[in-house]
Amino acid sequence: MFFLTTKRIWKSGFVNFWRNGVVSLSAVLVMVIALFMIGSTILLSAALHDGLTQLKEKVDINIYFTADAQESDIQAFIKSTQTLPEVASVEYVNRDQAKEEFMKRHQDDQLLLQALDEVGDNPLLAYVNVKAHDPSQYKLICDQVSPSGDLSPAKVSIIQNTGGCSEERNQLAIERLSLVIAGFQKFGLAVIVILILIAALITFNTIRLAIYDAREEIAVMRLVGADNRYIRGPFIAEGILYGIIAGIITIVLFYPLTLWVKSSTAAFWGGINLFSYYLSNFLEMVLVILGAGIVLGAVASYLAVRRYLRM
Amino acid sequence: MIYFDKVSKIYNGTGKTVALEDVSFAIEPGEFVSIVGQSGAGKTTLLKMLLAEEAPTSGSVFFESTNINELRDAEKPLLRRRIGTVFQDFKLLPNKTAYENIAFAMEVAGRAEEEIAADVPHVLELVDLGNKMWNFPHQLSGGERQRVAIARAIVNQPDLIIADEPTGNLDPVNTYEIVQIFRKINDMGTTVFLTTHNKGIIDSIKKRVITLEHGRVSRDDKAGQYVL
Repeated sequence: MFFLTTKRIWKSGFVNFWRNGVVSLSAVLVMVIALFMIGSTILLSAALHDGLTQLKEKVDINIYFTADAQESDIQAFIKSTQTLPEVASVEYVNRDQAKEEFMKRHQDDQLLLQALDEVGDNPLLAYVNVKAHDPSQYKLICDQVSPSGDLSPAKVSIIQNTGGCSEERNQLAIERLSLVIAGFQKFGLAVIVILILIAALITFNTIRLAIYDAREEIAVMRLVGADNRYIRGPFIAEGILYGIIAGIITIVLFYPLTLWVKSSTAAFWGGINLFSYYLSNFLEMVLVILGAGIVLGAVASYLAVRRYLRM
Repeated sequence: MIYFDKVSKIYNGTGKTVALEDVSFAIEPGEFVSIVGQSGAGKTTLLKMLLAEEAPTSGSVFFESTNINELRDAEKPLLRRRIGTVFQDFKLLPNKTAYENIAFAMEVAGRAEEEIAADVPHVLELVDLGNKMWNFPHQLSGGERQRVAIARAIVNQPDLIIADEPTGNLDPVNTYEIVQIFRKINDMGTTVFLTTHNKGIIDSIKKRVITLEHGRVSRDDKAGQYVL
């Protein structure tokens, strides 16, 4: 009996969907807009997250060692720096590598390279590049590695200076960046919640209107003895169909759209490629968009029919 | 079979409206009972109470041994499946064909596919619509729509058919045909409970007539005529 009823409910849902042509089409189109908002939110938050990650990665501090610093002291310092919980990575560049880097960076500037030759001895200092897990942690790291800090060798300091720590301007920039990132994350979350709420409301309203149209039919179904499950079932099936079809259209639409966004923003966007993000996360996107469509359609239909089911 | 016991219905809107007042009568199985009365006399309210769509303000309505006002919501569909209904405005499902409208009433009653495939064409033949099985309601005339509604009402072989002004929207020829169908249904043993204010119908049926005036039963004649 259960299978027979389920089969009849789905068959009826399909037939109603097909025969209600214009109403079904408009419900699907509105739902495409709603699902498009949800999909765009996912892509935008990915772009925002990626942008912030890149921004975070650009913040670092260089700790320069004195020219006479012993390699063993430097290694000991690096080891102890790595043990700090705030530190994400420590990259050591010795004096020769520093010179190579410098020459590579200024290979087009013959004057500067000649000047370096004139000096004779390598004037560049060895340094470590330290990256923190979070920009807000740089102050803590700077405090620890400063000449009066816990990590500074006791006798004679091997640290010449700490680039990014000593200057107040850098400190300020780091603090501001931390605030901006935290702000963006909160703002992004708020935007996501609001967009999803709007999408849900639009869908609910459209389906409510479609079912308002069918209120007389619901009354007739009740009169011929249909129980609530049998009346509600086909409407929920129809809502799920709206969701599935709208979901498929949305997923298909995102393909050319992300491709277009990629080609038109590659020049200034730099970082994230929305198209490749879309392709590499295709399965998750399909699951989220189809899932949202099905849930929205089913819940909206359920709630909209409920008010006409009062006996 | 049906028993109205001192039933009153009062609507409390902007003012107090008495739709039914102290109405009592009984209907035996197999009877053909017509309720007559002017518009607003309370005819439709009586039928709605039988279908558990309205509850009386006081008194009780019984269908066999069941007190309809005491039914739980989940039990109301079961009652409605035992009563075939026909209305003035047909109340067909507009997105379903004649066949599907009738099949729907069988589906909700949990009938098997084979039964539906056998019974629906048969009942459509009975109301002379075998050739319009796949037409939608908007493709049928008023009389044809009412015949589909009657076919839907009888397909589950109910104990009782109630018809609320079934000929109100029909021309005299269709009215005559519809009344003949009801007589045939009654001859086969089904109780028919009909409301109308068509004098011609009542006088031609020559069966029991209950007259309602201002919500009260003013006459109850065994082989009545339309008297108002």
